[in-house]
Amino acid sequence: MTANQLAKAISSNVRGAVVSHANGIDMPTIVVRADSLLDVCRYLRDEQAKNFLSAVSAVDFLGYGEDVSGYFGTERGRDLNATGSWGSPATVEVPATRFCVTYHLAHVDADGAPPDRVRLQVFVDDGEPVPSVVEIWPTADWHEREQYDLMGVVFSGHPNLKRLIMPSDWDGHPLRKDYPIGGEPVQFTDAV
Amino acid sequence: MSAGIDNDLDRPQAPVVPLGTPCRIPPGAPSNVVPPPGEDLITVNFGPNHPSTHGVLRLIVTLDGEVVVGLDADIGYVHTGFEKNFEQKTYWKGIPYAPRMDYLGFFANELAYVGAVEKLIGIQVPPRAQWLRTLFAELNRIHSHLIYLGTSGIELGAMSLFFYCTRERDTVLDLFEMVTGVRMHDRYPQFGGVAEDVPKGFYAECKRFCREMPKHIDSYLDLTAENPIWKGRLQGIGTIPAETAVAMGLTGPNLRASGVPYDLRRNDPYLAYDQLEFDVISAAEGDCYARYLCRTREMYESVRIIEQCLEGMPEGPVMADDRKYVLPPREELQTSMESLIHHFKLVTEGFRTPAGQVYCAVESPRGEFGCYLVADGSPKPWRVHFRAPSFVSLQATAMCSVNRYIADMIAVVGSLDGVMGEADR
Repeated sequence: MTANQLAKAISSNVRGAVVSHANGIDMPTIVVRADSLLDVCRYLRDEQAKNFLSAVSAVDFLGYGEDVSGYFGTERGRDLNATGSWGSPATVEVPATRFCVTYHLAHVDADGAPPDRVRLQVFVDDGEPVPSVVEIWPTADWHEREQYDLMGVVFSGHPNLKRLIMPSDWDGHPLRKDYPIGGEPVQFTDAV
Repeated sequence: MSAGIDNDLDRPQAPVVPLGTPCRIPPGAPSNVVPPPGEDLITVNFGPNHPSTHGVLRLIVTLDGEVVVGLDADIGYVHTGFEKNFEQKTYWKGIPYAPRMDYLGFFANELAYVGAVEKLIGIQVPPRAQWLRTLFAELNRIHSHLIYLGTSGIELGAMSLFFYCTRERDTVLDLFEMVTGVRMHDRYPQFGGVAEDVPKGFYAECKRFCREMPKHIDSYLDLTAENPIWKGRLQGIGTIPAETAVAMGLTGPNLRASGVPYDLRRNDPYLAYDQLEFDVISAAEGDCYARYLCRTREMYESVRIIEQCLEGMPEGPVMADDRKYVLPPREELQTSMESLIHHFKLVTEGFRTPAGQVYCAVESPRGEFGCYLVADGSPKPWRVHFRAPSFVSLQATAMCSVNRYIADMIAVVGSLDGVMGEADR
């Protein structure tokens, strides 16, 4: 099924859900609104046989499209928050919101059919909650906790949303682009 | 004092479900069984460093006598920020990071990362390189399953099996060393192919391995498959029904042991798998014994695939001829200025990719290992996220272990075969 067909099918079932769609390099990609995510997911699972959630991945687009981020070769030294000096050859489309949460869905069955993957995306700003899909795909439990922990995306309705990878008293979300590298605070530094 | 012991005898029997009871997804958070209120419950911190937790996995277990009534798994003890590291490296320099996540199924990690970048830049990999990758992916599968068999045996108290498995594992690693120069974490697949062709004598060594390995697998099965202790510890424990397995996102042998013969090598063929003959091993029971049997029998199939790879290996280059992405041959650097420039640019600056996003999944020894890559057109990936099968399957620990004895929990953790390096990343 192409992205166009799938987007039409979703739109006819969940009104106004699809923001955009594209065929992508590898699979159909559908961008939906955060408030209709659960309805779309239920539709995809029940009507489109996407019974398997591969992964939930969050992406931070802070600084996206403003040249390269990274400390190697930049005159700003190791300051990772500043973008680099190499320049980007192509103008890239910069999302209007900071975060994107991506769901890779597939069909897993004993019938030997190909996985028939679909990529579902939701764009949200910092602090804006994404509805949790744990009740639809129970496997999302740790996936969402991991993205909450490392990226700071809040999943509303998650039954147990707490840090998973980092210690429970950790400050900040390490995979964010504005999280410093190499600047980890050392204990007792200020104690003279 | 002794009066207390008498009182204990009056307590109602702890709730133990009979063997073979299918586990259900717990209400609330699916990876966490909240213990019922009770006066005599003890909460035990199990791990993170414990010889039977299969790595640095911490389990917070609530016990009613000897019975597990609540369980929460805690991971992250070997979190090293792989995904953050990838964002700081050019694409080339990311390859050595990939195998260090799942340090037993290292080759599959490389394949997923390299495959994602290859999809993104649209480079064609020559057939010989595809076949070589297939060969080593299967060697690596044997390696990983051997470690699974050995360590899960140790956790159950079967010491000698580990020594046999390590002996054969060494042979596999010798083969890796012969070709890649290192025993693990080889950086052998590269964008556009593999690092170099196999050396003289490799085929003969590999054929010898293929002749002998089935006999060794026979002997593992002789030792364990009909062993009453082994069966008593594994049969009927942690039974996962098919729908539950899919809902919990299990893949690989964990899923196939629950009666879903889903294998990316068959269902979504990559590399040379569509030209090879092999059976997808599955079982119906879904318990620890089925998972053990699936993994062990899969080694026979891997040997079959390796034999076919050696037979049908096509001739030709092992690297794509695309100087924008592929390092030029070493000898050209002495004579060709263009090659020297390409080499310099690729090593220092790296190559640029089109902006976009891509997901590449391979069948690692543990299941679907996926690499989701977002590129902004620069020489470094904007975001890399790995879908780690261990991370997913360890979520099932709680539902598999609850309402059984604590010794069964050990069998469950071993049979789910999580590698913590991959779960924590």
